[in-house]
Amino acid sequence: MFKNFMNWIEYRMPFMEKMNLHVMQYPAPKNFNFWYFFGSLAMLVLVNQIVTGIWLTMNFEPSAERAFASVEYIMRDVDYGWLLRYMHSTGASAFFVVVYLHMFRGMMYGSYQKPRELLWIFGMLIFLVLMAEAFMGYLLPWGQMSFWGAQVIISIFGVIPGIGDDLTLWIRGDYVISGATLNRFFALHVIALPLVLVILVFLHIIALHEVGSNNPDGIDVKVPNEGQKFENNVSEKFTFHEYFTKGGKKIIVDAIPFHPYYTVKDIVGVVGFLIIFCAVIFFAPEGGGFFLEPPNFEPANPMKTPDHIAPVWYFTPFYAILRAVPDQLWGAVAMFAAIILLALLPWLDRCKVRSVRYRSTLHKLNLVNFVISFVVLGVLGVLPATPTYTLIAQIASVFYFGYFIALWFYSKNEKTKPLPVRLS
Amino acid sequence: MLKKLFSVLALVTSASVLAAGGHAVHLDKAPINLHDKESLQRGAKMFQNYCLGCHQMEYQRYSRTFRDLGIPDEVGMKELAFGANKVGDFIKNAAPKADLAKWFGAPPPDLTNVARVRGPDWIYTYLRSFYVDPTRPFGVNNEVFPLVGMPHVLQELQGIPYKKHETQMVDGESKEVYVGIVADGSGELSPEEYDRAVADLVNYLEYTGEPSKLESHSLGIKVMIFLFIFFILAFLLKKEYWKDVH
Repeated sequence: MFKNFMNWIEYRMPFMEKMNLHVMQYPAPKNFNFWYFFGSLAMLVLVNQIVTGIWLTMNFEPSAERAFASVEYIMRDVDYGWLLRYMHSTGASAFFVVVYLHMFRGMMYGSYQKPRELLWIFGMLIFLVLMAEAFMGYLLPWGQMSFWGAQVIISIFGVIPGIGDDLTLWIRGDYVISGATLNRFFALHVIALPLVLVILVFLHIIALHEVGSNNPDGIDVKVPNEGQKFENNVSEKFTFHEYFTKGGKKIIVDAIPFHPYYTVKDIVGVVGFLIIFCAVIFFAPEGGGFFLEPPNFEPANPMKTPDHIAPVWYFTPFYAILRAVPDQLWGAVAMFAAIILLALLPWLDRCKVRSVRYRSTLHKLNLVNFVISFVVLGVLGVLPATPTYTLIAQIASVFYFGYFIALWFYSKNEKTKPLPVRLS
Repeated sequence: MLKKLFSVLALVTSASVLAAGGHAVHLDKAPINLHDKESLQRGAKMFQNYCLGCHQMEYQRYSRTFRDLGIPDEVGMKELAFGANKVGDFIKNAAPKADLAKWFGAPPPDLTNVARVRGPDWIYTYLRSFYVDPTRPFGVNNEVFPLVGMPHVLQELQGIPYKKHETQMVDGESKEVYVGIVADGSGELSPEEYDRAVADLVNYLEYTGEPSKLESHSLGIKVMIFLFIFFILAFLLKKEYWKDVH
């Protein structure tokens, strides 16, 4: 009966065929480590944001008069409204935590290198849209920090020569941030950008499955069949989709089917993540003032500037670069360059070896330099700009850009270690 | 790795606390406990008697307060909610808003979320830091919030607070040293009782800032226990499957 039904479906839409291609018979390298949890976790957080977001819109009122009060209504009068709201607000920060770690994984193991450049570009587009999504979402509760944070970030677009003022006017839909801004940000936050995000995630996964997952060793698990023998090849035990074996032209080595092996492994990662996520939701939803900032519990007041305006923590590394440059226009250019350079990594890194495991000491140190300068900039971005902090931010910015410049120079003739033939 | 992460977080947190402070005033730790229902009830009563004249709780309803504090609706409406029409109403006053702003220089802020904006320690210290200052319109100033427009509404409880100076020997010289704020003893409460009363009020404000806290902690513990058991089972399931691979 069930078999007949499945056959009926299969004849009209190849459901099982696609499931086999992408899940049950998809070859994934057997040596994924801790860092490989963050892709599936990013998907989990995306689903969390969409589901909790739908329920929040049922009670949220996107108007300057009612937005703040309706959030308080959700927190007090809607059954489990506080839980939905905290899942959504903590989810925003969690999204950036997992996405930053996911991106760093790609940098460590050279996952952006050929043939995964397009995959990396889709990832960077996801990152950009995610920043826009988070920024617009942060205005919606209409608190003091929502208002003034948006004021600061929109004013960045005002430094563009010629069109700056008109551009900020176009973004706000008013001469100041007002109910008109709130309304359009709401529309973009709940419909336009999530739609784009979901489409980009779909393309990201299609691109991934075309070229196959990289792994901590950075070597291929699909090799041309030249009649060679591989000892103890675990892949021989499994059936993989013929799309990946190309009718015997390729041999799959040291890879295992995504399902059930990585589905059961990802469940462990998901539950581990949920333990930390729920600890924040239930016991520290403000995240020490970083996930929900104290001034945001006061309604937006255009007449009263808060003592210290800082964007939410996930924007602060880029915000620190913006402030480090004395000239406003060049500061904005530097900030966008800091993001564009990440997208250009596949072409800046000219090394043939992918994984940091087999690359030079210089590259390892450079990667450490990147992490330190990124974290230092992130810390400085939440602090007020004193002369000392600005100086440190300038030095950290130089080191941040230095990562990319140095990489381009040394990567071409880098002294790498010999690559293994098989996954370790 | 984790250690590094925590030290960075600690650095960030301490630095941001410095940044948010504005002027460096030492804040006393508010001795509050959200599970102490009697303290919350006393705090609610204080709020109704001393704060509601000018301040409001625009987002908190009487019914919610009564339910969470274990007060029957009829008792609450009689004892606490004078003036309010219905138990489902928000805790608001009938004061003329424009006049209030004129009288005090600024509109009195809504207090529903004040504990989340300022933090309980700030309010606890602030309400114990008024002192006599004849240069101010209401004759009082505040150590934590200099030049504040608010009068010392708890004066009948605390008595008249003065900045006390003592003659002390500093580096071999006799000097007038500021030792703190001391009430003149004309209040209804002793200094210890006054601190206790302020703590009750702060406890109540901490509650109204986040009523869900009463619920979230107990639910959170259940969720965490579930997740830990789930984690062990998920880990064992993974181990079982991966026997084929290793």
